[in-house]
Amino acid sequence: MLTIEALTKTYAGGTTALSNVSLSMQAGEIVALVGGSGCGKTTLLRLVAGLDRPSGGSVAVDGNVVTEPNAAVGLIFQEPRLLPWLSVADNIAFGLKHLPRKEQRARVDFALMRVGLAGYNDRWPRQLSGGQAQRVAISRALAPEPKVLLLDEPFSALDAFTRASLHDHLLALWAAQRPTMLMVTHDVEEAVTLADRVVVMQPRPGRIFAQIAIDFPRPRDPLSDAFIAAKRRILEALDGSLSESRPKPKPDESPAAAWW
Amino acid sequence: MTANDLALQQAGEAASGSEGQPAAAGWLKGLAVGVALPALLALGWEVAVRAGVSNGRLVPPPSRILATLVDLWRTGDLVMHIVATLRRVALGFAFGAVAGTILGGISGASAMFRRLTDPMFQGFRSVPSIAWVPLFVLWFGIFEAPKVMLIAVGVFFPVYLGVLGAIQSVDRKLVEVGQVFRLSQAQMLRRILLPAILPSWAVALRSGLGLGFMFVVAAELMGASEGLGYLLVDGQQLGKPDQIVAAIIVFALLGKIADAVLVRLSAPLLAWQDTARPAL
Repeated sequence: MLTIEALTKTYAGGTTALSNVSLSMQAGEIVALVGGSGCGKTTLLRLVAGLDRPSGGSVAVDGNVVTEPNAAVGLIFQEPRLLPWLSVADNIAFGLKHLPRKEQRARVDFALMRVGLAGYNDRWPRQLSGGQAQRVAISRALAPEPKVLLLDEPFSALDAFTRASLHDHLLALWAAQRPTMLMVTHDVEEAVTLADRVVVMQPRPGRIFAQIAIDFPRPRDPLSDAFIAAKRRILEALDGSLSESRPKPKPDESPAAAWW
Repeated sequence: MTANDLALQQAGEAASGSEGQPAAAGWLKGLAVGVALPALLALGWEVAVRAGVSNGRLVPPPSRILATLVDLWRTGDLVMHIVATLRRVALGFAFGAVAGTILGGISGASAMFRRLTDPMFQGFRSVPSIAWVPLFVLWFGIFEAPKVMLIAVGVFFPVYLGVLGAIQSVDRKLVEVGQVFRLSQAQMLRRILLPAILPSWAVALRSGLGLGFMFVVAAELMGASEGLGYLLVDGQQLGKPDQIVAAIIVFALLGKIADAVLVRLSAPLLAWQDTARPAL
């Protein structure tokens, strides 16, 4: 469904943010990307969203190559990024302008109900708390019913309680539409709570280090053995990704490049 | 302060607090404070002239200015002059604001258009607007058109610059939201950029309107048979300082009222703003 093939991104300064990343996702799958800073997680997401162009390789949704932002792909940012001059309802309806008004209103009401904000239609974004604003942002991204939803550390700015309740809201929305979700996170527990598969990335240059399947059913109890075991495997993989990226120069580099 | 005074003061505060209209009371209080100094100066001058300290020939006392205003009002001249001036300002402001908004908006949205036109506009901007007058008179004659044109030119630049600058400083993060939703350039302008700049636009319009009132005087000083600027020239040529001061006072009032109307009109558009202070 979502196919990423040999994706490479080199920025103008010569930094290779992403090197030869291949990843394939099934419809409705939830994949979490974790990894140290600078491993190209956000770059990968921006490429899939079509906000940036790859230097090599390709991204395809159902066989259609992504070169620019695309109706099939929705994106949730780290911050809510609600448009402050639109009411909550108009923010959610932002991507629905091609639909008749009645349909727009129905979808907005449904989305607000799903995230526990029924009746908030006419509020201004400034009147929302951080968690409420991010819930509205999730609704806005899901309202046009994208096939793929990308999430860039969507809950990292929120406190632990709000985050946990947002996980529930997100899973509820996901259950209703079953989009394929690719999320960047730096929170291992979040990855284990939500994902079917965790992809551990390695920095400099960004590439995939390991993939860990999490195959026990949701909702997942964070105190269960399976949860803790999965968490440990991810943490070990993260450790490995960081230590391995340091001392071992790549075979094609001369030893002199090992300036550390 | 004795205990008695304190009790009295507290009682007074309680009484004023219980009146239930703190906003209106606060507004009146603000007005009273704002008017106090000019009123005191006017009164002082009135007393000085009455007491014979000055004859008030070149600087007329308030009573004489008021009498002049009443005279002008009675004959209907004042209304005619005000209407003439307001009409010019309104027309010039409308043309200048519309042109400034459209061109500023396009320049802000399209880098190509900006590179092409902005240097030219910036060049024109450094020409003192009065310098256009002879050309406008040649082109448009001596009646209303050159005056309105001059005002429009004066209004255009602050609005153009305000809109252009505001669009260029719109948060990239909000623009990216528009990109994710695949907005075309025109949609981006209409749905993201223009709403985002509304607050700066309102400020730009206000400074444009202020310049409009400056330029209407310039236009009317150079030759008009009606309008407040004509009252100024007439007052100078016939040695009637009271008429000049009267016209100046009317200008001040009109400018203030027009600005307040603009603020009031733009307020509902800015209700969403998350600012530390209520807007202006």
